Amino acid sequence: MSELLELDRVTVQFGGLKAVDDVSIRVKTGERRAIIGPNGAGKTTLFNVITGIVRPASGAVRFVGADVTRTPVHARTALGMSRTFQITNLFPQLTVEENMLLALRGLSPRKFSLLGDNTLSADERARAERAFSLSRLHERRGVAVREMSYGEQRQLEMAMALVTAPKLLLLDEPAAGLSPAERVIVSDIIRALPRDLTLVLIEHDMDLVLQLVDFVTVLNNGHLLVEAPPSEIRTNQDVQDVYLGKARPHA
Amino acid sequence: MSQTAPAAPAHRVARIGLAAMGLGIAAFALLPLVLPTYQVSVLTEILIFAVLAMAIDVLAGYTGRTPLCHGAIFGVATYVAIYVSTQADGALLLPLVAGVVAATLVAAVFALLAIRTSGVYFLLLTIALGMIVWGMCLRWTSVTGGENGLRGALRPAALTDQLAFYYVVFAVVAVVALVMWRFVRSPFGLTLRGIRDSESRMRALGYNVSLHLFLAFTISGFFAGVAGVLYAMFNDFVSPSTVALSQSVEGLLMAIIGGVGTLFGAFLGSAIIIGLENFASLYTERWQTVLGLIFILIMIFAPEGILGRIRLWLSRRG
Ligand SMILES: Nc1ncnc2c1ncn2[C@@H]1O[C@H](COP(=O)(O)OP(=O)(O)O)[C@@H](O)[C@H]1O
Ligand SMILES: [Mg+2]
Repeated sequence: MSELLELDRVTVQFGGLKAVDDVSIRVKTGERRAIIGPNGAGKTTLFNVITGIVRPASGAVRFVGADVTRTPVHARTALGMSRTFQITNLFPQLTVEENMLLALRGLSPRKFSLLGDNTLSADERARAERAFSLSRLHERRGVAVREMSYGEQRQLEMAMALVTAPKLLLLDEPAAGLSPAERVIVSDIIRALPRDLTLVLIEHDMDLVLQLVDFVTVLNNGHLLVEAPPSEIRTNQDVQDVYLGKARPHA
Repeated sequence: MSQTAPAAPAHRVARIGLAAMGLGIAAFALLPLVLPTYQVSVLTEILIFAVLAMAIDVLAGYTGRTPLCHGAIFGVATYVAIYVSTQADGALLLPLVAGVVAATLVAAVFALLAIRTSGVYFLLLTIALGMIVWGMCLRWTSVTGGENGLRGALRPAALTDQLAFYYVVFAVVAVVALVMWRFVRSPFGLTLRGIRDSESRMRALGYNVSLHLFLAFTISGFFAGVAGVLYAMFNDFVSPSTVALSQSVEGLLMAIIGGVGTLFGAFLGSAIIIGLENFASLYTERWQTVLGLIFILIMIFAPEGILGRIRLWLSRRG
């Protein structure tokens, strides 16, 4: 067994609402998994459980073989998780380059350099270059993030998640709100990711996601509805019902 | 900023900044030579409080958390330095070191309690923590002298001269300002600005946000402590008003008037407030009203503070 990520009967409760209800998911090393489902299905909450922002009311999260259910966010990142946010979450007052520096140094002891120089080391520069060329943000490095277009911000969001060289990459609707041309860029970036990188991708748009992944998990109202390869998803009756808005109450 | 091709305007702004800094340093270096003794002591006070305001700016401007306890941390250093000097007669360095260490420890304890809050909760919690120190200084009469305060002479004979003492303070403040400048521009300083902009993103990138805030708070307290022992040497006297809330407010106002997040704006803020305190009070008993008015005007016309405003203006003109 080479399971990288395991959710075991995870339930998340917000007051009376079960945003995630008894969901178990296993993701193998190197797998590309999509999580789809209508708005409010609990997809983002599931990411928040995986990364540690939200503690589950019950159930367990295992990552690289360790139980991380109570591990804080930053320590999970140190184990090899990395994520993007559905609602762009960058450092708006800092420049593109400073954003990238913070992404680069999250796991390096250099973040504690109290009086050191802030310039990039040779290694940092090489990694930043790679991330910049992937995301096509080369010429924008001196610009404050709040002055960039939404599309550029989404690309930076991805580039920063990638630059840490994670084992598990979690992308929360990376193409949401983008123009068709920009969506193509995003799917190109995802296709170009190294094959040994494990990817979990939340996406609202089925057409985009089904060509990118090996396996699909469908959530609805916090429940796991279906798990199947992309080829079976389109024809699945339950999925069609949910996506056409005829979701039946969970039996 | 990095060494890779900064935009031309940024270059120009940096040059103007350097020129302004040179002018400021020259003014502080030369003015005392032509000023009467009393005004030299005002200049001394301006420099000391600029350090307090810079310490506050490390938190307010870089981590985005506005503290109202730094007067208390500053005052702890003053109290401890003067108390130790009365106990260990003739020791020069010991009172100063003890004062800074005490302030740093108090700041570390405050940090543990306060870093999990932000916004107005942080503000209120730090007010409460400062009040505890004030209450202790008022009540623990056997050590602090209560309302009467403590008296002590920390300056060695060579520094009893106002001008000589001024230049020592000038040298110390110059070094402290340089160190703080490097600190806010260091990789660690960048993490503080990251925390100011998005804590959740910082955590997701692997940063232990609480630890960074703890370190920042404690280091800021260390610098407030340096200002506090300088003040002990300057004033030879300490009473509960030195650790009172008004002291914290004054320090914060200096940082805000100069420009939060500019670090050196603290010198402008300190000069304006200490200047008003000393000169406007000669002409009107209502100098605090004058201060209030100035503060309101700055909030209306330059909410980013004087130096913040100037920087913005320069970078817009390109
Ligand atoms: N922090 C929170 N507090 C309360 N309710 C929340 C919180 N986060 C999400 N929810 C609710 O949980 C449900 C699932 O939300 P979410 O996981 O964001 O869905 P999705 O990402 O699939 O659109 C929604 O009903 C949402 O309103
Ligand atoms: Mg979502």
